[in-house]
Amino acid sequence: MSATHLLAVTGISKSFRGLKAVSQASLTVPQGGIVSLIGPNGAGKTTCFNMIAGVFKPDEGSILFDGRSIEGLRPDQICHAGIGRTFQIVKPFKELTALENVIVGALRNESSTRAARKKAEGVLDQLGMLDKRDQPAAQLTLPERKRLEVARALATDPKLLLLDEVMAGLRPTETDQMVAVFRDLNRKGLTILLIEHVMRAVMALSQHVVVLHHGQVIADGAPEQVVRDPAVLECYLGEEAEV
Amino acid sequence: MIARLLHGVPKRALILLGLLLAFLLVAPLFVGNYILSVLILVLYFAYTGQAWNVMMGFAGQLSLGHSLYVGLGAYTAAALYVHFGIGPWAGVWIAIIISMAAGLVIGFLAFRFGIGGVYFALLTIAFAEFTRVGFDHFMWVNGSGGFFLPVTQYSVNDPLNLRGSPMMFYYILLTITVLAFIFCRWLLTGRIGYYWLAIREEPEAAQTLGINIFRYKMIAVAISSGMTALSGVFFAFYYNNLFPEQIFSMNRSIELILGPIIGGVGSLFGPILGAFVLTALAEALNDIMVALGYELPGVKLVFYGFCLLFVVMWLPNGIWPPLRKWLKLEDRS
Repeated sequence: MSATHLLAVTGISKSFRGLKAVSQASLTVPQGGIVSLIGPNGAGKTTCFNMIAGVFKPDEGSILFDGRSIEGLRPDQICHAGIGRTFQIVKPFKELTALENVIVGALRNESSTRAARKKAEGVLDQLGMLDKRDQPAAQLTLPERKRLEVARALATDPKLLLLDEVMAGLRPTETDQMVAVFRDLNRKGLTILLIEHVMRAVMALSQHVVVLHHGQVIADGAPEQVVRDPAVLECYLGEEAEV
Repeated sequence: MIARLLHGVPKRALILLGLLLAFLLVAPLFVGNYILSVLILVLYFAYTGQAWNVMMGFAGQLSLGHSLYVGLGAYTAAALYVHFGIGPWAGVWIAIIISMAAGLVIGFLAFRFGIGGVYFALLTIAFAEFTRVGFDHFMWVNGSGGFFLPVTQYSVNDPLNLRGSPMMFYYILLTITVLAFIFCRWLLTGRIGYYWLAIREEPEAAQTLGINIFRYKMIAVAISSGMTALSGVFFAFYYNNLFPEQIFSMNRSIELILGPIIGGVGSLFGPILGAFVLTALAEALNDIMVALGYELPGVKLVFYGFCLLFVVMWLPNGIWPPLRKWLKLEDRS
């Protein structure tokens, strides 16, 4: 099982001052797959991400990545293990240019700044941002900053990419462009776990959807199947009223 | 390595830097002792500001206690010289090690336990202050009575023991300042520089990209405190007297960060420009007042205050970034 699952999260929980944000959540991401984590606001999606990315240590449960236990590692160690992430609330290095932002990520695997610069240019190009390379990140628009987050994470050569709402605020055409980019990356072997509200992207990308509600996994399956699940409809739209 | 240092630097910037260096090289031949002493102060603040800038400007860690490293450096080299006859060029290494050790202790306490921002600044003040109190009672270096180096005649220059004329001190300090400038440029264009800037801008994002932020902050503190120790050694041998009340005082810490703040925190040339503006203009103002017949001892401090006020209100990034834009010297990397 661990051979086919790049990431296996089993029964993780996290409480903040007694408030259970995530409770016994489990999910798996197969090698080379794209899995979406969806759910209403406050369902605990980002907390789940933060536990996988090393920001919080889970109160209980285990996280296996690439056959190795990673719960409780620091974020930089998680990066070295091969997981890249983006932040829902973008965190660009504001005073650095777009290119310099990505160089910081590229230095993770490149030994010289010259090689890192070259690689960073490649990644920016891939995301259609090469023309913004010399702009300070502070001057970029929100969609551009979101792409910059992705570029920076990609530059670290992750095996698994965690995307936290990178489609939010994009126009439908921009969303489609991003979807195309991720499909392409996925075809080249990148495994992706994404948190997303934009169903257009979720349906287009994912092979598998996990639904979180009040910190618990309430549905888990193929996208078409999950969107028809009564429990999912109920948490999003409320209980069906008797007419 | 040279290619890396020069990458993205416009030719005009190099020419201007060359002109400035040429000016500084020949200036002592044409000026009197008083102007020379002002230039020495300018270089002293330029160098020390550069050292402080490594920590604050590059890695984003605000130290308000850099007088600690100046003082430790000064006392170490002076004591080794007076008590054991160890020359300053040997003593400076021990001075650097002791200052670095102090910096690393403070850094460890702060970064290990997540003390940042204002609280980190308070911690640096606290360490400088209690070291000052400690030295007041440290009789090996004569406590609060002050520690003195033997003063020799200026006619005999002995650079190996840092004994000699102001002219000699000037050229030694100029060399150190130039080397520090190149060193900082080298740091900033390398992996470590990118990592520091990332930590300064967004520590959480930096960590996500695989940067061990604890380690890189510690390196910044070590380099900054070590460089600052060298200012202390210079200070001891130039002034020949050390008083804990003066050298460890918070005023000193503030004084040496005014240059980089006014020049431009985080830029390489900011500390140098700031030192020129503050020291040279403050001295000039003082002279003008004296020439006009007004003896106002506090006028320099008032001038510092106005400079700071002006910069904080209208040029929050310092004088250098807008000036650089105006001179069309922006880094094209």
